[in-house]
Amino acid sequence: MRVLLPLPVIVPLVAAGASMAAARHRHLQRFIGVLALLITTGASIVMLVIVDRDGPAAAFMGGWRAPVGIALVGDRFSMLMMVVASPVLLAVLLFAMGQPGTEQEQPSFHPVYLVLAAGVALSFLTGDLFNLFVAFEMMLTASYILITLGGRLDQVQTGMTYVVINLVASTLFVALLGLLYASLGTVNMADLAERMGTIPRETRMAFALLMFVVFGIKAAVFPLFFWLPDSYPTAPTAVTAVFAGLLTKVGIYCLIRTQTLIIAPGDRISGFILVIAGFTMVVGVLGAIAQADIKRILSFHIVSQIGYMILGLGLFTVAGIGAAIFYTINQIVLKSTLLLVGGLVDHAAGSSRLSQVGGIARRFPVIGWLFLLPALSLAGVPPFAGFIAKLSTIQAGFDAGEWLIVAISIVVSVLTLYSMTKIWGGAFWGDVQLLEEPSDSMTRRCGGSGLMLVSTAGLVLGSLALAAFGGPVFAYCQRAAADLLSPSAYVRVVLG
Amino acid sequence: MSIILAASTALLFALGTYLLLQRRLSRLIIGLGLMGHSVNLLLLLSGRKRGVAAIIGDGKASDFADPMPQALALTAIVISFAVMAFLLALAFRSWQLTGNDLVEDDLEDRRIAALIAADNEFDDDEDILDAEAGWPTERRP
Repeated sequence: MRVLLPLPVIVPLVAAGASMAAARHRHLQRFIGVLALLITTGASIVMLVIVDRDGPAAAFMGGWRAPVGIALVGDRFSMLMMVVASPVLLAVLLFAMGQPGTEQEQPSFHPVYLVLAAGVALSFLTGDLFNLFVAFEMMLTASYILITLGGRLDQVQTGMTYVVINLVASTLFVALLGLLYASLGTVNMADLAERMGTIPRETRMAFALLMFVVFGIKAAVFPLFFWLPDSYPTAPTAVTAVFAGLLTKVGIYCLIRTQTLIIAPGDRISGFILVIAGFTMVVGVLGAIAQADIKRILSFHIVSQIGYMILGLGLFTVAGIGAAIFYTINQIVLKSTLLLVGGLVDHAAGSSRLSQVGGIARRFPVIGWLFLLPALSLAGVPPFAGFIAKLSTIQAGFDAGEWLIVAISIVVSVLTLYSMTKIWGGAFWGDVQLLEEPSDSMTRRCGGSGLMLVSTAGLVLGSLALAAFGGPVFAYCQRAAADLLSPSAYVRVVLG
Repeated sequence: MSIILAASTALLFALGTYLLLQRRLSRLIIGLGLMGHSVNLLLLLSGRKRGVAAIIGDGKASDFADPMPQALALTAIVISFAVMAFLLALAFRSWQLTGNDLVEDDLEDRRIAALIAADNEFDDDEDILDAEAGWPTERRP
């Protein structure tokens, strides 16, 4: 484990350097990128099996033990996130390779993308709050570059919003770290959890709220979501897909991790989180209904679905957090898939505005199927994984007696279905209408290059597999949630 | 000493917040820089104990200031330096493309402004031209 744990961070970073050196050889860059992400995926799967069998494991960087040294910790939750995130990163990279544009024109795409992968992995694995800040910065700096790669006017404008809001969040994060260190004398998460009891209750509540705000901006919860629907759709498709699938979910991961590990049961801001969850769901889905562009509709859905995840967190029960974890991994796969399909529509029809395209399902049946399956899953139609996720969230809500939020979540899921039918009716049904006929023969026949279709189909199969193996995966999520709510094993393995 | 530091932390943060709310990119960037400095000061302050530099073999351990916040602040400074450089490059690109350094209205604002303009179609033809140019009439720079 001590060898395996740093691999998902080190391998992409080294590969990023190698990829930078190979800037003139696109095929070599591609080989390096795919190889690095394959290694990451393999290492994550092996670690998941080990952690599920033997419990949490920690590795200390530089040979200093925690709380002074930086600890990388793998437990069931972080390993599950790694196992889901790595293949998604790989699939999106393959999609980018198949798509004319960014990856083929910009030699800096590969190194930056790999740094992003390393940042995501480090955010999942780190056991140190300051190191988490560094991981965020790695991930965000890479994302700043990816979102503005190309330097078009709209990219620069929306990229500016994105950079500024994230910088403000980072500034607040550093302020949080300063305040935590001043009052507790440590930034190691396990150590923080141990020492939290020594300060007054009001201060603990303030820390819980401040952490919620810092990670809430990254996760795009109400009312801190406004930057997301503006900045995501202008980036290149592959970039939007990986942002939608992973970056907000890293925020969710950190929310769940900090609110369960560092904040003790008596200080949890459960009611507050539930109210925010309700608003996030409702405002997100209403925003989605008002939009007229596939990518923008999907961006608002990211916000709306975040509400369900923090609903599960706000319950602070094993069932609730288990449901939130399942919801999160399902969303990582679904959102990436749907945005890739949005990119396919854009590629095949020349636009993703509902008023400019139509009849995609008749003209390109493959794209139609690739959209239909994840869209039904997103709306929570059985037997897809989205249904399992929604059902378990609602059940957890019933068990906790939170009737109002459960009612809201059911209404929102109907509205989600409505806005999905809006995309379906606008772009996929009706008379065939393309803004411009695609130029190459492969796109004219199937709607995209082979790599684009295969990578998207791979993700669709992944989301179907989540439904097919729903039972074991859900049981694993429950075990992960139980670990989160009784973190003594986690604390013991870090502090020794 | 630490009262002065605490006061300057607060002052820098307040100034940064004020500049962040401005419409000019250059001010906004300076604002972010000030906020960054303010939280770095806060990190330094969080060590609480005054003392000499923590170098092994250079005085007694009890005289040392806590080196941890200094290490943290150093890391934070390096990161904010890099991001600030990127932000300046982005602002320069924006200036190259638009010729001004204002923060643009977001897409939604522009669309709603266009709808309002279309609503006033019969009153004033100029409004439509503005709407087509993507600028809300009343907030044109």
